[in-house]
Amino acid sequence: MIGLPHYLTLSAILFLLAVAGIFINRRNVILLLMCIELMLLAVNFNFVAFSRFLNNLDGQIFVFFILTVAAAEAAIGLAILVVLFRSKRSIDVDDLNSMKG
Amino acid sequence: MNFVSPDLSPAYAEMFVLGMTCLVLVVDVFLKDSQRGITYVLSMLTLLGAAAITATSGVVAQELVFSGHFVSDPMGDVLKLVVYATTAVVFLYSRDYLRQNDLFKGEFFMLALFAMLGIMVMISAGSMLSLYLGLELLSLSMYALVAFQRDSAQAAEAAMKYFVLGAIASGCLLYGISLLYGMTGTISLSGISASFSSADQFNIPVLFGLSFVVVGVAFKFGAVPFHSWVPDVYQGAPAPVTLFIASAPKIAAFALAMRLLVDGLGDLQGGWQDMLVALSVLSIVIGNLVAIVQTNIKRMLAYSTISHVGFILLGILTGSQEGYAAAMYYAIAYVVMTTGAFGLIIILSRKGYEAEQLEDFKGLNSRSPWLAGMMLMLVFSMAGIPPFVGFYAKLTVLMGLVEVGLTWLAVLALVFSVVGAFYYLRVVKLMYFDEPQEEGKPEAALDIRVLLSANAALVLLLGLFPDGLMSLCIKVFQ
Repeated sequence: MIGLPHYLTLSAILFLLAVAGIFINRRNVILLLMCIELMLLAVNFNFVAFSRFLNNLDGQIFVFFILTVAAAEAAIGLAILVVLFRSKRSIDVDDLNSMKG
Repeated sequence: MNFVSPDLSPAYAEMFVLGMTCLVLVVDVFLKDSQRGITYVLSMLTLLGAAAITATSGVVAQELVFSGHFVSDPMGDVLKLVVYATTAVVFLYSRDYLRQNDLFKGEFFMLALFAMLGIMVMISAGSMLSLYLGLELLSLSMYALVAFQRDSAQAAEAAMKYFVLGAIASGCLLYGISLLYGMTGTISLSGISASFSSADQFNIPVLFGLSFVVVGVAFKFGAVPFHSWVPDVYQGAPAPVTLFIASAPKIAAFALAMRLLVDGLGDLQGGWQDMLVALSVLSIVIGNLVAIVQTNIKRMLAYSTISHVGFILLGILTGSQEGYAAAMYYAIAYVVMTTGAFGLIIILSRKGYEAEQLEDFKGLNSRSPWLAGMMLMLVFSMAGIPPFVGFYAKLTVLMGLVEVGLTWLAVLALVFSVVGAFYYLRVVKLMYFDEPQEEGKPEAALDIRVLLSANAALVLLLGLFPDGLMSLCIKVFQ
Protein backbone atom coordinates (compact mmCIF):
# COMPACT_ATOMS: atom_id res chain seq x y z
CA MET A 1 0.00 0.00 0.00
CA ILE A 2 1.41 3.38 -0.95
CA GLY A 3 1.06 5.85 1.90
CA LEU A 4 1.84 9.47 2.60
CA PRO A 5 5.54 8.83 3.45
CA HIS A 6 6.14 7.40 -0.03
CA TYR A 7 4.77 10.51 -1.69
CA LEU A 8 6.77 12.77 0.61
CA THR A 9 9.96 10.82 -0.06
CA LEU A 10 9.46 11.04 -3.80
CA SER A 11 8.82 14.74 -3.56
CA ALA A 12 11.90 15.23 -1.37
CA ILE A 13 14.00 13.31 -3.92
CA LEU A 14 12.66 15.48 -6.76
CA PHE A 15 13.37 18.62 -4.75
CA LEU A 16 16.93 17.52 -3.98
CA LEU A 17 17.50 16.60 -7.62
CA ALA A 18 16.42 20.09 -8.62
CA VAL A 19 18.69 21.78 -6.07
CA ALA A 20 21.61 19.53 -7.00
CA GLY A 21 20.95 20.23 -10.66
CA ILE A 22 21.13 23.97 -10.08
CA PHE A 23 24.40 23.82 -8.19
CA ILE A 24 26.18 21.13 -10.17
CA ASN A 25 25.14 22.30 -13.62
CA ARG A 26 27.89 24.39 -15.24
CA ARG A 27 26.68 24.06 -18.80
CA ASN A 28 23.80 26.26 -19.70
CA VAL A 29 21.15 28.42 -18.26
CA ILE A 30 18.20 26.58 -19.81
CA LEU A 31 18.98 23.61 -17.56
CA LEU A 32 18.76 25.96 -14.60
CA LEU A 33 15.28 27.02 -15.68
CA MET A 34 14.26 23.37 -15.95
CA CYS A 35 15.58 22.65 -12.47
CA ILE A 36 13.64 25.59 -11.06
CA GLU A 37 10.50 24.21 -12.67
CA LEU A 38 11.22 20.78 -11.21
CA MET A 39 11.64 22.35 -7.79
CA LEU A 40 8.20 23.96 -7.93
CA LEU A 41 6.65 20.72 -9.19
CA ALA A 42 8.17 18.82 -6.27
CA VAL A 43 6.49 21.30 -3.96
CA ASN A 44 3.20 20.83 -5.80
CA PHE A 45 3.53 17.09 -5.32
CA ASN A 46 3.90 17.66 -1.59
CA PHE A 47 0.84 19.88 -1.48
CA VAL A 48 -1.33 17.44 -3.40
CA ALA A 49 -0.23 14.49 -1.27
CA PHE A 50 -0.93 16.34 1.97
CA SER A 51 -4.20 17.63 0.62
CA ARG A 52 -5.33 14.11 -0.29
CA PHE A 53 -4.35 12.56 3.03
CA LEU A 54 -5.64 15.41 5.20
CA ASN A 55 -8.93 15.57 3.26
CA ASN A 56 -8.43 19.29 2.97
CA LEU A 57 -8.72 21.23 -0.29
CA ASP A 58 -6.50 24.21 0.62
CA GLY A 59 -3.41 22.46 -0.68
CA GLN A 60 -4.90 21.80 -4.11
CA ILE A 61 -5.98 25.42 -4.43
CA PHE A 62 -2.44 26.43 -3.52
CA VAL A 63 -1.15 24.20 -6.32
CA PHE A 64 -3.22 26.08 -8.90
CA PHE A 65 -1.62 29.32 -7.82
CA ILE A 66 1.88 27.84 -7.85
CA LEU A 67 1.33 26.50 -11.37
CA THR A 68 0.19 29.92 -12.56
CA VAL A 69 3.09 31.72 -10.93
CA ALA A 70 5.52 29.11 -12.30
CA ALA A 71 4.27 29.84 -15.80
CA ALA A 72 4.81 33.58 -15.31
CA GLU A 73 8.21 32.88 -13.82
CA ALA A 74 9.26 30.72 -16.77
CA ALA A 75 8.13 33.47 -19.16
CA ILE A 76 10.23 36.08 -17.37
CA GLY A 77 13.18 33.72 -17.06
CA LEU A 78 13.17 33.01 -20.79
CA ALA A 79 12.80 36.71 -21.57
CA ILE A 80 15.88 37.47 -19.47
CA LEU A 81 17.64 34.60 -21.22
CA VAL A 82 16.94 36.18 -24.62
CA VAL A 83 18.28 39.54 -23.43
CA LEU A 84 21.34 37.78 -22.03
CA PHE A 85 21.99 35.89 -25.24
CA ARG A 86 21.65 39.02 -27.36
CA SER A 87 24.28 40.88 -25.37
CA LYS A 88 26.67 38.05 -24.52
CA ARG A 89 26.18 35.61 -27.44
CA SER A 90 26.35 32.79 -24.92
CA ILE A 91 24.12 31.13 -22.34
CA ASP A 92 26.86 29.26 -20.49
CA VAL A 93 26.66 29.49 -16.73
CA ASP A 94 30.44 29.92 -16.63
CA ASP A 95 30.21 33.05 -18.74
CA LEU A 96 28.14 34.80 -16.09
CA ASN A 97 31.23 36.11 -14.38
CA SER A 98 31.75 39.75 -15.28
CA MET A 99 31.08 40.88 -11.72
CA LYS A 100 33.15 39.61 -8.81
CA GLY A 101 34.18 40.56 -5.29
CA MET B 1 -30.73 32.71 -0.46
CA ASN B 2 -29.28 36.04 0.43
CA PHE B 3 -25.82 37.10 -0.55
CA VAL B 4 -24.02 39.37 1.86
CA SER B 5 -21.34 41.28 0.07
CA PRO B 6 -18.22 41.39 2.22
CA ASP B 7 -16.82 44.66 3.46
CA LEU B 8 -13.73 45.16 1.36
CA SER B 9 -12.81 48.58 2.71
CA PRO B 10 -9.53 47.42 4.37
CA ALA B 11 -8.25 46.46 0.91
CA TYR B 12 -9.24 49.66 -0.91
CA ALA B 13 -5.65 50.87 -1.16
CA GLU B 14 -4.55 47.68 -2.95
CA MET B 15 -7.54 47.82 -5.28
CA PHE B 16 -6.84 51.45 -6.06
CA VAL B 17 -3.17 50.78 -6.85
CA LEU B 18 -4.09 47.79 -9.03
CA GLY B 19 -6.71 49.75 -10.94
CA MET B 20 -4.49 52.77 -11.42
CA THR B 21 -1.50 50.69 -12.51
CA CYS B 22 -3.62 48.98 -15.17
CA LEU B 23 -4.86 52.42 -16.23
CA VAL B 24 -1.29 53.73 -16.48
CA LEU B 25 -0.41 50.63 -18.49
CA VAL B 26 -3.14 51.33 -21.03
CA VAL B 27 -2.60 55.09 -21.17
CA ASP B 28 1.12 54.63 -21.67
CA VAL B 29 0.56 52.56 -24.81
CA PHE B 30 -1.08 55.55 -26.52
CA LEU B 31 1.59 58.08 -25.57
CA LYS B 32 4.37 59.34 -27.80
CA ASP B 33 7.88 59.35 -26.37
CA SER B 34 7.71 63.09 -25.84
CA GLN B 35 4.57 62.72 -23.70
CA ARG B 36 6.06 60.16 -21.31
CA GLY B 37 5.79 62.76 -18.55
CA ILE B 38 2.08 61.90 -18.33
CA THR B 39 2.98 58.36 -17.21
CA TYR B 40 5.23 59.83 -14.56
CA VAL B 41 2.52 62.20 -13.30
CA LEU B 42 -0.10 59.43 -13.26
CA SER B 43 2.24 57.13 -11.30
CA MET B 44 2.84 59.87 -8.76
CA LEU B 45 -0.92 60.45 -8.49
CA THR B 46 -1.38 56.72 -7.87
CA LEU B 47 1.00 56.90 -4.95
CA LEU B 48 -0.66 60.03 -3.62
CA GLY B 49 -4.14 58.49 -3.85
CA ALA B 50 -3.00 55.28 -2.18
CA ALA B 51 -1.38 57.28 0.60
CA ALA B 52 -4.60 59.24 1.11
CA ILE B 53 -6.64 56.02 1.33
CA THR B 54 -4.26 54.33 3.75
CA ALA B 55 -3.78 57.41 5.91
CA THR B 56 -7.52 57.94 6.35
CA SER B 57 -8.41 54.28 6.94
CA GLY B 58 -7.93 54.70 10.69
CA VAL B 59 -7.41 51.02 11.43
CA VAL B 60 -6.93 50.50 15.15
CA ALA B 61 -7.20 46.73 15.46
CA GLN B 62 -6.67 43.74 13.22
CA GLU B 63 -9.35 43.34 10.52
CA LEU B 64 -9.61 40.30 8.26
CA VAL B 65 -11.06 40.28 4.75
CA PHE B 66 -11.17 37.78 1.87
CA SER B 67 -11.79 34.84 4.24
CA GLY B 68 -8.79 35.71 6.35
CA HIS B 69 -6.33 35.92 3.46
CA PHE B 70 -5.94 39.64 3.92
CA VAL B 71 -5.11 41.41 7.19
CA SER B 72 -5.33 45.08 7.85
CA ASP B 73 -3.63 46.33 10.99
CA PRO B 74 -1.78 49.44 12.23
CA MET B 75 1.65 47.92 11.51
CA GLY B 76 0.61 47.30 7.92
CA ASP B 77 -0.66 50.85 7.49
CA VAL B 78 2.56 52.42 8.77
CA LEU B 79 4.71 50.16 6.58
CA LYS B 80 2.55 50.87 3.53
CA LEU B 81 2.85 54.62 4.02
CA VAL B 82 6.64 54.24 4.19
CA VAL B 83 6.58 52.18 1.00
CA TYR B 84 4.49 54.78 -0.90
CA ALA B 85 6.82 57.54 0.20
CA THR B 86 9.87 55.50 -0.79
CA THR B 87 8.48 54.69 -4.22
CA ALA B 88 7.63 58.35 -4.82
CA VAL B 89 11.15 59.36 -3.81
CA VAL B 90 12.57 56.70 -6.16
CA PHE B 91 10.51 58.06 -9.07
CA LEU B 92 11.59 61.61 -8.34
CA TYR B 93 15.31 60.81 -8.08
CA SER B 94 15.19 58.61 -11.19
CA ARG B 95 13.34 60.95 -13.55
CA ASP B 96 16.29 62.94 -14.94
CA TYR B 97 18.65 59.96 -15.00
CA LEU B 98 16.12 57.92 -16.99
CA ARG B 99 15.61 60.78 -19.44
CA GLN B 100 19.35 61.20 -20.03
CA ASN B 101 19.92 57.49 -20.59
CA ASP B 102 16.92 56.91 -22.89
CA LEU B 103 15.29 54.75 -20.24
CA PHE B 104 12.36 57.07 -19.55
CA LYS B 105 9.77 54.47 -20.54
CA GLY B 106 6.47 53.40 -19.11
CA GLU B 107 7.84 50.00 -18.11
CA PHE B 108 9.92 51.41 -15.31
CA PHE B 109 6.93 53.01 -13.63
CA MET B 110 4.58 50.10 -14.26
CA LEU B 111 6.98 47.46 -12.98
CA ALA B 112 7.81 49.56 -9.94
CA LEU B 113 4.10 50.05 -9.21
CA PHE B 114 3.40 46.32 -9.59
CA ALA B 115 6.35 45.56 -7.32
CA MET B 116 4.89 48.01 -4.83
CA LEU B 117 1.52 46.28 -5.06
CA GLY B 118 3.32 43.01 -4.30
CA ILE B 119 4.89 44.61 -1.25
CA MET B 120 1.47 45.85 -0.11
CA VAL B 121 -0.04 42.37 -0.47
CA MET B 122 2.86 40.89 1.50
CA ILE B 123 2.49 43.49 4.23
CA SER B 124 -1.21 42.64 4.53
CA ALA B 125 -0.90 38.88 4.08
CA GLY B 126 -3.16 36.82 6.32
CA SER B 127 -2.29 33.44 4.86
CA MET B 128 0.62 31.64 3.26
CA LEU B 129 -1.11 31.94 -0.09
CA SER B 130 -1.38 35.74 -0.13
CA LEU B 131 2.13 35.99 1.29
CA TYR B 132 3.47 33.86 -1.56
CA LEU B 133 1.52 35.70 -4.25
CA GLY B 134 2.67 39.10 -2.96
CA LEU B 135 6.24 37.88 -2.81
CA GLU B 136 6.14 36.59 -6.38
CA LEU B 137 4.51 39.76 -7.70
CA LEU B 138 7.35 41.70 -6.10
CA SER B 139 10.09 39.34 -7.27
CA LEU B 140 8.91 38.92 -10.86
CA SER B 141 8.60 42.69 -11.30
CA MET B 142 12.07 43.08 -9.82
CA TYR B 143 13.68 40.56 -12.18
CA ALA B 144 12.24 42.43 -15.14
CA LEU B 145 13.30 45.81 -13.71
CA VAL B 146 16.91 44.69 -13.35
CA ALA B 147 17.02 43.55 -16.98
CA PHE B 148 15.21 46.64 -18.15
CA GLN B 149 18.28 48.35 -19.62
CA ARG B 150 18.29 45.91 -22.51
CA ASP B 151 21.58 46.84 -24.17
CA SER B 152 23.62 46.35 -21.00
CA ALA B 153 25.30 42.94 -20.73
CA GLN B 154 25.99 43.54 -17.06
CA ALA B 155 22.33 44.21 -16.31
CA ALA B 156 21.26 41.04 -18.13
CA GLU B 157 23.78 39.00 -16.20
CA ALA B 158 22.68 40.52 -12.90
CA ALA B 159 19.03 39.84 -13.78
CA MET B 160 19.80 36.20 -14.58
CA LYS B 161 21.63 35.66 -11.28
CA TYR B 162 18.86 37.42 -9.38
CA PHE B 163 16.23 35.35 -11.17
CA VAL B 164 17.86 31.97 -10.54
CA LEU B 165 18.67 32.63 -6.88
CA GLY B 166 15.31 34.28 -6.27
CA ALA B 167 13.54 31.29 -7.77
CA ILE B 168 15.51 28.92 -5.52
CA ALA B 169 14.50 31.07 -2.55
CA SER B 170 10.83 30.90 -3.53
CA GLY B 171 11.18 27.14 -3.99
CA CYS B 172 12.66 26.71 -0.49
CA LEU B 173 10.02 28.94 1.04
CA LEU B 174 7.28 26.98 -0.71
CA TYR B 175 8.73 23.65 0.35
CA GLY B 176 8.73 24.86 3.94
CA ILE B 177 5.18 26.14 3.56
CA SER B 178 4.04 22.80 2.13
CA LEU B 179 5.51 20.96 5.14
CA LEU B 180 3.88 23.36 7.59
CA TYR B 181 0.59 22.91 5.73
CA GLY B 182 0.98 19.16 6.00
CA MET B 183 1.47 19.37 9.74
CA THR B 184 -1.31 21.82 10.49
CA GLY B 185 -3.80 21.25 7.67
CA THR B 186 -4.28 24.97 7.15
CA ILE B 187 -2.60 27.76 5.24
CA SER B 188 -3.93 30.68 7.24
CA LEU B 189 -1.33 32.27 9.50
CA SER B 190 -3.70 32.48 12.46
CA GLY B 191 -4.64 28.80 11.98
CA ILE B 192 -0.99 27.75 11.88
CA SER B 193 -0.27 29.87 14.93
CA ALA B 194 -3.15 28.15 16.78
CA SER B 195 -1.95 24.63 15.98
CA PHE B 196 1.60 25.03 17.28
CA SER B 197 2.62 25.40 20.89
CA SER B 198 6.04 26.24 22.24
CA ALA B 199 6.66 22.52 22.89
CA ASP B 200 6.78 22.05 19.11
CA GLN B 201 10.16 23.78 18.86
CA PHE B 202 11.78 20.43 19.62
CA ASN B 203 9.65 18.58 17.08
CA ILE B 204 11.97 17.52 14.25
CA PRO B 205 9.52 17.64 11.30
CA VAL B 206 8.32 21.08 12.41
CA LEU B 207 11.90 22.32 12.64
CA PHE B 208 12.54 20.90 9.17
CA GLY B 209 9.71 22.93 7.69
CA LEU B 210 10.72 25.95 9.74
CA SER B 211 14.30 25.90 8.49
CA PHE B 212 13.16 25.91 4.84
CA VAL B 213 10.94 28.89 5.59
CA VAL B 214 13.79 30.73 7.30
CA VAL B 215 16.08 30.03 4.33
CA GLY B 216 13.47 31.62 2.05
CA VAL B 217 13.16 34.66 4.30
CA ALA B 218 16.94 35.02 4.56
CA PHE B 219 17.29 34.90 0.76
CA LYS B 220 14.77 37.69 0.37
CA PHE B 221 16.50 39.76 3.04
CA GLY B 222 19.88 39.07 1.46
CA ALA B 223 21.37 37.78 4.72
CA VAL B 224 24.66 35.82 4.70
CA PRO B 225 25.04 32.98 3.54
CA PHE B 226 22.20 33.68 1.12
CA HIS B 227 23.52 37.06 0.03
CA SER B 228 25.40 36.23 -3.17
CA TRP B 229 22.86 37.98 -5.41
CA VAL B 230 22.93 41.29 -3.54
CA PRO B 231 26.27 42.79 -4.70
CA ASP B 232 25.89 41.64 -8.30
CA VAL B 233 22.38 42.98 -8.64
CA TYR B 234 23.28 46.30 -7.02
CA GLN B 235 26.25 46.69 -9.35
CA GLY B 236 24.66 45.43 -12.56
CA ALA B 237 21.31 47.18 -12.44
CA PRO B 238 20.97 50.80 -13.58
CA ALA B 239 21.23 53.20 -10.60
CA PRO B 240 17.47 54.00 -10.30
CA VAL B 241 16.64 50.28 -10.21
CA THR B 242 19.34 49.72 -7.60
CA LEU B 243 17.82 52.55 -5.60
CA PHE B 244 14.43 50.87 -5.73
CA ILE B 245 15.74 47.36 -4.94
CA ALA B 246 17.79 48.68 -2.04
CA SER B 247 14.89 50.48 -0.40
CA ALA B 248 11.26 49.34 -0.58
CA PRO B 249 11.83 45.53 -0.73
CA LYS B 250 13.64 45.67 2.63
CA ILE B 251 10.37 46.87 4.16
CA ALA B 252 8.73 43.93 2.39
CA ALA B 253 11.30 41.51 3.79
CA PHE B 254 10.67 42.89 7.28
CA ALA B 255 6.91 42.41 6.78
CA LEU B 256 7.52 38.88 5.45
CA ALA B 257 9.53 37.98 8.54
CA MET B 258 6.96 39.52 10.88
CA ARG B 259 3.97 37.85 9.26
CA LEU B 260 5.55 34.46 8.82
CA LEU B 261 7.78 34.06 11.86
CA VAL B 262 5.98 36.19 14.42
CA ASP B 263 2.29 36.05 13.44
CA GLY B 264 2.37 32.50 12.05
CA LEU B 265 5.16 30.72 13.92
CA GLY B 266 5.47 32.90 17.01
CA ASP B 267 5.29 29.90 19.32
CA LEU B 268 8.33 28.38 17.66
CA GLN B 269 10.40 31.43 18.59
CA GLY B 270 12.88 29.19 20.42
CA GLY B 271 13.43 27.34 17.14
CA TRP B 272 13.93 30.28 14.78
CA GLN B 273 15.80 32.47 17.22
CA ASP B 274 18.97 30.37 16.94
CA MET B 275 18.77 30.34 13.15
CA LEU B 276 18.38 34.13 13.05
CA VAL B 277 21.29 34.54 15.49
CA ALA B 278 23.53 32.65 13.05
CA LEU B 279 22.23 34.62 10.05
CA SER B 280 22.59 38.01 11.70
CA VAL B 281 26.07 37.37 13.12
CA LEU B 282 27.32 36.16 9.73
CA SER B 283 25.66 39.11 7.97
CA ILE B 284 27.17 41.72 10.28
CA VAL B 285 30.64 40.15 10.24
CA ILE B 286 30.92 39.33 6.54
CA GLY B 287 29.00 42.40 5.37
CA ASN B 288 31.27 44.80 7.22
CA LEU B 289 34.52 42.99 6.42
CA VAL B 290 33.95 42.47 2.71
CA ALA B 291 32.71 46.04 2.25
CA ILE B 292 36.19 47.28 3.20
CA VAL B 293 37.85 45.83 0.10
CA GLN B 294 35.30 47.12 -2.42
CA THR B 295 36.25 49.77 -4.95
CA ASN B 296 32.81 50.08 -6.49
CA ILE B 297 30.51 52.17 -4.33
CA LYS B 298 27.37 50.28 -5.37
CA ARG B 299 29.00 47.02 -4.29
CA MET B 300 30.23 48.65 -1.10
CA LEU B 301 26.71 49.82 -0.30
CA ALA B 302 25.46 46.31 -1.11
CA TYR B 303 27.70 44.84 1.57
CA SER B 304 26.71 47.65 3.88
CA THR B 305 23.07 46.68 3.23
CA ILE B 306 23.92 43.12 4.21
CA SER B 307 25.27 44.30 7.55
CA HIS B 308 22.20 46.52 8.09
CA VAL B 309 20.01 43.50 7.38
CA GLY B 310 21.91 41.72 10.15
CA PHE B 311 20.80 44.46 12.54
CA ILE B 312 17.16 44.21 11.45
CA LEU B 313 17.31 40.45 12.08
CA LEU B 314 18.86 41.10 15.51
CA GLY B 315 15.79 43.14 16.40
CA ILE B 316 13.39 40.45 15.19
CA LEU B 317 15.15 37.57 16.93
CA THR B 318 14.69 39.08 20.40
CA GLY B 319 11.06 37.97 20.22
CA SER B 320 9.99 40.92 22.37
CA GLN B 321 7.70 43.76 21.36
CA GLU B 322 10.51 46.26 21.98
CA GLY B 323 12.72 44.21 19.67
CA TYR B 324 10.11 44.19 16.88
CA ALA B 325 9.63 47.93 17.26
CA ALA B 326 13.40 48.44 17.16
CA ALA B 327 13.67 46.30 14.01
CA MET B 328 10.87 48.25 12.35
CA TYR B 329 12.52 51.54 13.33
CA TYR B 330 15.81 50.25 11.94
CA ALA B 331 14.19 49.16 8.67
CA ILE B 332 12.59 52.60 8.19
CA ALA B 333 15.81 54.41 9.14
CA TYR B 334 17.75 52.20 6.72
CA VAL B 335 15.36 53.05 3.90
CA VAL B 336 15.73 56.79 4.57
CA MET B 337 19.54 56.56 4.56
CA THR B 338 19.82 54.31 1.56
CA THR B 339 17.48 56.33 -0.68
CA GLY B 340 19.65 59.37 0.05
CA ALA B 341 22.92 57.58 -0.74
CA PHE B 342 21.71 56.06 -4.03
CA GLY B 343 19.93 59.30 -4.92
CA LEU B 344 23.30 60.99 -4.67
CA ILE B 345 24.90 58.40 -6.95
CA ILE B 346 22.11 59.08 -9.47
CA ILE B 347 22.76 62.84 -9.30
CA LEU B 348 26.48 62.31 -9.91
CA SER B 349 25.83 60.04 -12.91
CA ARG B 350 25.41 61.44 -16.39
CA LYS B 351 24.54 60.16 -19.83
CA GLY B 352 26.31 56.87 -20.39
CA TYR B 353 28.34 57.23 -17.20
CA GLU B 354 27.58 55.76 -13.81
CA ALA B 355 29.30 57.36 -10.85
CA GLU B 356 29.84 53.97 -9.26
CA GLN B 357 33.54 53.89 -8.48
CA LEU B 358 34.76 55.18 -5.14
CA GLU B 359 37.23 57.33 -7.10
CA ASP B 360 34.32 59.27 -8.56
CA PHE B 361 33.81 60.71 -5.09
CA LYS B 362 37.36 62.05 -4.85
CA GLY B 363 37.42 65.75 -4.11
CA LEU B 364 33.67 66.05 -4.29
CA ASN B 365 33.87 68.86 -1.76
CA SER B 366 35.72 71.15 -4.16
CA ARG B 367 33.30 70.33 -6.98
CA SER B 368 30.12 70.72 -4.95
CA PRO B 369 30.30 71.37 -1.19
CA TRP B 370 26.56 70.89 -0.93
CA LEU B 371 26.61 67.32 -2.34
CA ALA B 372 29.63 66.44 -0.22
CA GLY B 373 27.85 67.74 2.87
CA MET B 374 24.76 65.65 2.15
CA MET B 375 26.87 62.53 1.56
CA LEU B 376 28.76 63.23 4.78
CA MET B 377 25.52 63.18 6.77
CA LEU B 378 24.31 60.03 5.05
CA VAL B 379 27.50 58.01 5.57
CA PHE B 380 27.86 59.22 9.17
CA SER B 381 24.33 58.00 9.76
CA MET B 382 25.05 54.62 8.14
CA ALA B 383 28.17 54.27 10.27
CA GLY B 384 26.05 54.86 13.37
CA ILE B 385 27.66 58.12 14.48
CA PRO B 386 25.48 60.32 16.70
CA PRO B 387 23.40 62.47 16.35
CA PHE B 388 22.16 60.86 13.10
CA VAL B 389 19.31 58.37 12.83
CA GLY B 390 21.60 55.38 12.21
CA PHE B 391 23.04 55.78 15.70
CA TYR B 392 19.67 55.78 17.41
CA ALA B 393 18.44 52.83 15.32
CA LYS B 394 21.48 50.75 16.26
CA LEU B 395 21.15 51.79 19.89
CA THR B 396 17.52 50.64 20.21
CA VAL B 397 18.28 47.29 18.59
CA LEU B 398 21.21 46.72 20.95
CA MET B 399 19.14 47.75 23.96
CA GLY B 400 16.47 45.27 22.91
CA LEU B 401 19.14 42.54 22.79
CA VAL B 402 20.50 43.38 26.21
CA GLU B 403 17.00 43.31 27.67
CA VAL B 404 16.46 39.70 26.62
CA GLY B 405 19.90 38.71 27.93
CA LEU B 406 21.77 38.41 24.62
CA THR B 407 24.53 40.79 25.72
CA TRP B 408 27.29 38.91 23.86
CA LEU B 409 25.40 39.43 20.62
CA ALA B 410 25.07 43.14 21.30
CA VAL B 411 28.80 43.45 22.01
CA LEU B 412 29.67 41.57 18.83
CA ALA B 413 27.36 43.77 16.74
CA LEU B 414 28.90 46.86 18.33
CA VAL B 415 32.47 45.75 17.58
CA PHE B 416 31.69 45.09 13.95
CA SER B 417 29.86 48.36 13.46
CA VAL B 418 33.07 50.05 14.60
CA VAL B 419 34.92 47.99 11.97
CA GLY B 420 32.25 49.10 9.48
CA ALA B 421 32.83 52.77 10.31
CA PHE B 422 36.19 52.43 8.53
CA TYR B 423 34.81 52.12 5.02
CA TYR B 424 32.18 54.78 5.58
CA LEU B 425 34.81 57.22 6.81
CA ARG B 426 36.97 56.38 3.79
CA VAL B 427 34.25 57.90 1.61
CA VAL B 428 34.43 61.06 3.73
CA LYS B 429 38.21 61.13 3.36
CA LEU B 430 37.96 60.75 -0.42
CA MET B 431 35.44 63.59 -0.63
CA TYR B 432 37.24 66.10 1.56
CA PHE B 433 40.96 65.38 1.45
CA ASP B 434 41.67 64.04 -2.04
CA GLU B 435 42.13 65.91 -5.28
CA PRO B 436 39.22 65.71 -7.71
CA GLN B 437 39.80 63.55 -10.80
CA GLU B 438 37.52 65.63 -12.93
CA GLU B 439 36.25 69.16 -13.00
CA GLY B 440 32.74 70.47 -13.31
CA LYS B 441 29.89 70.85 -10.91
CA PRO B 442 27.31 68.03 -10.97
CA GLU B 443 23.99 69.39 -12.20
CA ALA B 444 20.63 68.56 -10.67
CA ALA B 445 17.12 69.92 -11.08
CA LEU B 446 15.72 72.10 -8.31
CA ASP B 447 13.16 69.56 -7.04
CA ILE B 448 15.80 66.84 -6.85
CA ARG B 449 18.14 69.14 -4.93
CA VAL B 450 15.33 69.97 -2.51
CA LEU B 451 14.52 66.27 -2.16
CA LEU B 452 18.11 65.30 -1.39
CA SER B 453 18.40 68.09 1.16
CA ALA B 454 15.13 66.99 2.76
CA ASN B 455 16.36 63.39 2.75
CA ALA B 456 19.58 64.29 4.55
CA ALA B 457 17.70 66.62 6.90
CA LEU B 458 15.37 63.74 7.79
CA VAL B 459 18.41 61.61 8.67
CA LEU B 460 19.47 64.34 11.08
CA LEU B 461 16.01 65.18 12.44
CA LEU B 462 15.03 61.57 13.08
CA GLY B 463 18.30 61.20 14.95
CA LEU B 464 17.77 64.34 17.05
CA PHE B 465 14.08 63.69 17.73
CA PRO B 466 13.63 59.90 17.49
CA ASP B 467 10.66 59.75 19.84
CA GLY B 468 7.88 60.42 17.32
CA LEU B 469 8.70 57.55 14.98
CA MET B 470 9.80 55.29 17.82
CA SER B 471 6.54 55.68 19.73
CA LEU B 472 4.66 54.98 16.49
CA CYS B 473 6.69 51.76 16.03
CA ILE B 474 6.01 50.72 19.63
CA LYS B 475 2.31 51.54 19.34
CA VAL B 476 1.72 49.26 16.34
CA PHE B 477 2.98 46.23 18.25
CA GLN B 478 0.74 46.70 21.29
